[in-house]
Amino acid sequence: MTTAAATHSRFNTGIYHGKLGMWVFLASEIMFFTGFFGAFIVLRNLNIEVFTASAHQLDKVVATINTAVLISSSLTMALSHVALERGHEAKFRLFMALTLLFAFAFLGIKSYEYATKFSHDIYPWTNTFFASYFTMTGFHALHVIGGMIPMAWMLGKSLLKGYPRTMHHRVETLGLYWHFVDLVWIFLFPTLYLIF
Amino acid sequence: MEAVLHNKDHGHAGADAHSESFIRKYIFSTDHKMIAKQFMVTAIIFLFIGGAFALFIRWQLAYPGEPIPVIGQMLPDTWVNDAGAVTAEWYTQLLTMHGSIMIFAVIIPLLVGTFGNFAIPLMIGADDMAFPFLNMVSFWLFPLAGVIMMAGFFMEGGMAAAGWTAYPPLSAIASYGQTLWIVSLFLIGFSSILGGVNYITTVLNMRAPGLKMFDLPMTVWAVFITAIIITIGTPVLASALAMLFMDNFLHTSFFQPENLIVPTRDMTRTAGGGQPLLWQHLFWFYSHPAVYIMILPGMGVVSDVISTFARKPLYGYRAMVFAIVAIAFLGIIVWGHHMFQSGMNPLLGTTFMVSTMVIAVPSAIKTFNWLGTMWRGKMEFTAPMLNAVAFVSMFVVGGLSGIFMASTPVDVFIHDTYFIVGHIHYVLFGGSLFAVFAGLHYWFPKMSGRMYSERLAKWHFWITFISFNGTFFPMHILGVGGMMRRIFDPTVYDFLKPFQPMNEFITINAMVLGFAQFLLVINFGYYWFYGRKAKRNPWRANSLEWQAPSPPPHGNFDRPLHVYRGPYEYSSPESVQDYLPQTTSPEELEEQRRHHERRLEQQNTAEPVN
Repeated sequence: MTTAAATHSRFNTGIYHGKLGMWVFLASEIMFFTGFFGAFIVLRNLNIEVFTASAHQLDKVVATINTAVLISSSLTMALSHVALERGHEAKFRLFMALTLLFAFAFLGIKSYEYATKFSHDIYPWTNTFFASYFTMTGFHALHVIGGMIPMAWMLGKSLLKGYPRTMHHRVETLGLYWHFVDLVWIFLFPTLYLIF
Repeated sequence: MEAVLHNKDHGHAGADAHSESFIRKYIFSTDHKMIAKQFMVTAIIFLFIGGAFALFIRWQLAYPGEPIPVIGQMLPDTWVNDAGAVTAEWYTQLLTMHGSIMIFAVIIPLLVGTFGNFAIPLMIGADDMAFPFLNMVSFWLFPLAGVIMMAGFFMEGGMAAAGWTAYPPLSAIASYGQTLWIVSLFLIGFSSILGGVNYITTVLNMRAPGLKMFDLPMTVWAVFITAIIITIGTPVLASALAMLFMDNFLHTSFFQPENLIVPTRDMTRTAGGGQPLLWQHLFWFYSHPAVYIMILPGMGVVSDVISTFARKPLYGYRAMVFAIVAIAFLGIIVWGHHMFQSGMNPLLGTTFMVSTMVIAVPSAIKTFNWLGTMWRGKMEFTAPMLNAVAFVSMFVVGGLSGIFMASTPVDVFIHDTYFIVGHIHYVLFGGSLFAVFAGLHYWFPKMSGRMYSERLAKWHFWITFISFNGTFFPMHILGVGGMMRRIFDPTVYDFLKPFQPMNEFITINAMVLGFAQFLLVINFGYYWFYGRKAKRNPWRANSLEWQAPSPPPHGNFDRPLHVYRGPYEYSSPESVQDYLPQTTSPEELEEQRRHHERRLEQQNTAEPVN
């Protein structure tokens, strides 16, 4: 009599719980950032001069490097999932470590950008553009940190006890989230740095 | 047996339901039934806090400036003046906290948290939610958020006082109580989203073998659709709250216009250039769907209760499902009707007016189908049924008064008056809360394993129902008479003075209404432990939860389930009983029929035949 076990391995949709739940959660996350983008559009139309002038104070070169770093992390994330699915744990570890490293690099570059802004006396309250800039990139950075915690956990577990191949579903679910975080940046980058 | 029912993926593998530690079982439980009970108890505590706030408001409106009886002198100086009467500052805090607590800490946790958690796994034949751990996190964020919201009491400037809608610039420049309110709502939002993700995944993935989506009980459908609104709407509120927090705490100007002069706050850092209306759009983009979050699960519960106690199939099952979908969809696109008087392009106002009125169509479908279900049924007026019928009738009153507000020309006159206060309470108390009462009584035997006292429950119902109408119906008249929604002292206006007896009448009714709720607590509190033991299926209902033991053990079902039909086969000619559970197989049914026929034959042969 294992009714309970039967229930939990039951997937009416054919998609396992984690993946389905993550898709729903990402739909929710899209709406979260949509709020910020909507506000950005409204505020830009109200303060077009301020927005144009402020956007030109941002460092396009650094942001481009950061974009490259984040996209690379998405690639290594996908590779680490494939590696674990095929049972190559050493490769999985390598790519997961690389992903984590890229994530750290992204945050490092972002903090450098923030620090430069602060040193030029530019703060969130300077004007509505920078309020949007710091809020949007700040929440994006929080999402990056939110992804790094399970990455570090998986990597640590793999180093200490080994991470079994059967867990590749979890890596895939985390990967979905990570690609989403990447995608948010792909929208933020042109919106904040390029279109003005 | 219990041990096998446990699931290894739950993170507490091997634990036996009976050997679990106290903390695991009652505090940090991952069992959906315990989480539902936790939501219920916490929300009922908040119901009394929010209710007490409402009574203070009512006292001030009926007897402005007079000391609060009995406890007036005991309240802190920041709340009452030397005589013990409500101060204007505290009054605005009361208004704000009454609304915020009742909506975010009472109705949503009761309807979505309690019924969602309790009913979904049981009604779809699963052992638990898809993500039991997330479920626990989702619950614990809620009391935490409640405490943070109330913590404003200890801060300089008191609790939040910008209204439950927190319109900037007022909310952006307000003191720490408002900041805590923002943080608290953000946490509640996160809790809602985690719950929503959990419900959607569970319903989509964990249905018992043979259970198709269109064989789900209406409660499950309603919470499922509600969960979709939650996951779409709540994050928008979260981002708006994040921006409001930045404005409030870091002096940014998302919602603060140019050259705002505020005597109580240093505005030198605030650059301006923001748009206060932006908050209203973002806020109502969530908070209008939120009114459907607060009514749809109630509609689901009521559909199940009415069908069970009318002993008839739910009239127009598919129409009921699609009506919920339609209400949910329309609910997301009509937020602008809260802003007719905020400065809006009249053409846009017309659009919102028309789309709002269209909601009357699916709402009418639901109402007429409930009536159709009851039509010529074998009605059993138990406490859940009485509350469910009250839901239907009060929802009709609340829905019809909503039409007044929806039409822009009428709204010009009744906007921000007591008419809207009457309307919202007909929908949220008369609608949602009666549905909560219906559901709590209906599932009480399943939750506790015991029966409540039907007599006490009926007393509770009738006193609540009569005093509810005595409280909120006259508010419509006050509103049309011009009494403002957030007024502190109506006697300062000559034209409102004649209404004072009506205000007193409302307050007396409100007190009866408030104290009547103790009957519910006594009934549930006492009979939870000392009631008559409940059978598996005391209501002779069809859906799956009644196939589990009362109360269900950890893991829910003690036998494998297979579903053969929908949940509304009452008085079916196929069955010899007046109900036909979803799990009864055609073979069992045939067996029952043969058994019944044999008994009839025996009876016939025993009687002399002419």
